[in-house]
Amino acid sequence: MVESLLMKKLSIVEALREGIRQEMIRDERVFCIGEDIAIPGGWGGAFTVTLGMEEEFPERMLNTPISEAGIFGYACGAALMGMRPIADVQYSDFLFCAMDQVANNIAKLRYMSGGKLTMPVVLRAPVGVTGRGAQHSQCIETFFLPVPGLKIACPATAYDALGILRTAVRCDDPVLICEHKLLYGSKGARKESGAVDASSDIPDEDYTVPLGKAVIRREGKDVTIVATLLMMHRSMQAAEVLAQEGIDAEVIDPRSLVPFDWETVKASVGKTGRVITVEESPKRNGIGAEIAATLAEEAAELLVAPIKRIAAPNTPAPFSPPMEKFYIPQVDNIVQAVRDVMAY
Amino acid sequence: MSDGKYTTEFLLDLYRRMLTIRRFEERVKYLFLEGIMPGTIHQCQGQEACAVGVCAALEKDDVITSTHRPHGHCLAKGMTVKEMMAELFGKVTGCCKGKGGSMHMGDMSKGVIPAIAIVGGNIPVAGGAALAFKLSGQKRVAVSFMGDGAVNEGIFHEALNMAAMWTLPVVFVVENNLYGASTPVGMVVRTKTIAERAAIYKFPGVTVDGNDPLAVYEAMRVAVQRARNGGGPTLLELMTYRITGHSRRDPALYQPEDERKKALASEPIGRFEKYLFQGRFSTQQRLDNISKAVDTEIEDAVTAAMSAPEPNPEDALKDLFVETS
Ligand SMILES: Cc1ncc(C[n+]2csc(CCOP(=O)(O)OP(=O)(O)O)c2C)c(N)n1
Ligand SMILES: [Mg+2]
Repeated sequence: MVESLLMKKLSIVEALREGIRQEMIRDERVFCIGEDIAIPGGWGGAFTVTLGMEEEFPERMLNTPISEAGIFGYACGAALMGMRPIADVQYSDFLFCAMDQVANNIAKLRYMSGGKLTMPVVLRAPVGVTGRGAQHSQCIETFFLPVPGLKIACPATAYDALGILRTAVRCDDPVLICEHKLLYGSKGARKESGAVDASSDIPDEDYTVPLGKAVIRREGKDVTIVATLLMMHRSMQAAEVLAQEGIDAEVIDPRSLVPFDWETVKASVGKTGRVITVEESPKRNGIGAEIAATLAEEAAELLVAPIKRIAAPNTPAPFSPPMEKFYIPQVDNIVQAVRDVMAY
Repeated sequence: MSDGKYTTEFLLDLYRRMLTIRRFEERVKYLFLEGIMPGTIHQCQGQEACAVGVCAALEKDDVITSTHRPHGHCLAKGMTVKEMMAELFGKVTGCCKGKGGSMHMGDMSKGVIPAIAIVGGNIPVAGGAALAFKLSGQKRVAVSFMGDGAVNEGIFHEALNMAAMWTLPVVFVVENNLYGASTPVGMVVRTKTIAERAAIYKFPGVTVDGNDPLAVYEAMRVAVQRARNGGGPTLLELMTYRITGHSRRDPALYQPEDERKKALASEPIGRFEKYLFQGRFSTQQRLDNISKAVDTEIEDAVTAAMSAPEPNPEDALKDLFVETS
């Protein structure tokens, strides 16, 4: 009871804002760098995460020109000199503009130095297909899977967002945090239509969420569904539908893709023998591909049915709502995939 | 504004185009706020003279590249209200069959390369079009529209330097509306003007009043002539102001009240009306007729768009490659 009194309900944006604030108070080396993040009367970044923070930290909220390569290159250099930057893009699609700094410098410098330096950069990137067409939709996580040297987190709840942010800031390696536009809970002019409630009760304590530790969102014995971000929430809905049909699905939220909690996934598959992966980006070379390949390689004996991957098609995201809806995996697609796998 | 060297027909055409853009944007804003129109929008109320002045100096087969804020550019270059409205509704009758949406409006047959919503991304694309014109000996010109924010992307430098190096027929048009999203240009650029950056590439850079369609047109004519005659690129900076939010429901609270007031007083359409009356180019009656025709065109387009068929969901899979196998 006492504990619940200390809890407060926060959305992901509120949790991230709180987390960034606390880290900046705790450690003077932490600073934020990004576009439109510190303008009085502005928005606090594209989705209000840093709203109003320029008042509290006038020196450490660096509002940049529209210069993504610059933002991440400067973050890299500052991190090398002992600072702990939190660098963000307004949409993850714009990371392509900074690809050289991210993939060649931030991800590789420590390795190239023979382990003689650290790269404590936090990279924040909003993802999700949200009615904006092909260049503001990409779920960038999978692009970075084949870039060794970057940790990749995908918090689907406010609790995880705060815990992962703390871990990322305190981590001496670069961590890319993919944040979903429909899960943020942004308010006012930046409110998203179709938003999903991802708020959590947040304990008033300095907890962290480790990278590489999955959480089982729903326990079940018949089939394992692995999904992050919005797709995790859809998978939970699918599991409810399936429960009414007598199918007991286990939903695993890996929370980070690099490192990945193979142990939890394999233990689940050991129990269910059936696996569905769900992701919002194109199927080819996606998270599902990585999971399916690894399970085939290392745990084929556990499987009693072929693995099924639910993903977007191998095309860019279309604008028009009916096409977009077709493009993004829906609850029905997940339900049907599970039925297919159960019928095998 | 002028010395009487323009025909009334030309002046009223500029007026009609500017008004079409303004009314189009106002109608779209309303539809969007009512929740009838999907997606997100970036609008150009207050910047109409830039698009119209620039495109008035272009030929039909010249090409433009545009940005996340493309509606004005598209209309000024000759795209129809109808094909654009339908695209905003995501209908098959839209200029991109519903695949593009607001931020990717375009129509190659009108010389509008689908708009590119990555800030700065369109600058080298216009350069590449100009390169093609030069290599193939065509006397065509390419234009890159961009905002003041785009000049701080590294690609701005790469693109302008290459255009200078190859003496390409391209005009880089910066609509300086004083803000990149919510960030004031003075915070992120140290030089007094953006045009002065052209000096380092050794081609002309000019700053003009972007709320005066004739000033824009004249400056653009010089730049286009130079480009077409093998003289190479120009950087044109058009001083203007966005009298609406950056996108969607943005209340633009970062714009100081007095600055907004001043900008509203010098917005291009009211100013041009005054000019038309003072020069006795038009009567109120004539402008009213234009206004009515514009409204009718827009309402017809809304009706047509709303009753046009939705794309089949599976059409999402089409249009990726020329050869599907
Ligand atoms: C590479 C990239 N970074 C950031 C954005 C997000 N964004 C969209 S418009 C905009 C501001 C652009 O400012 P400006 O170039 O001045 O054009 P304006 O919006 O004023 O027309 C920003 C930051 C983007 N679309 N692309
Ligand atoms: Mg601008």
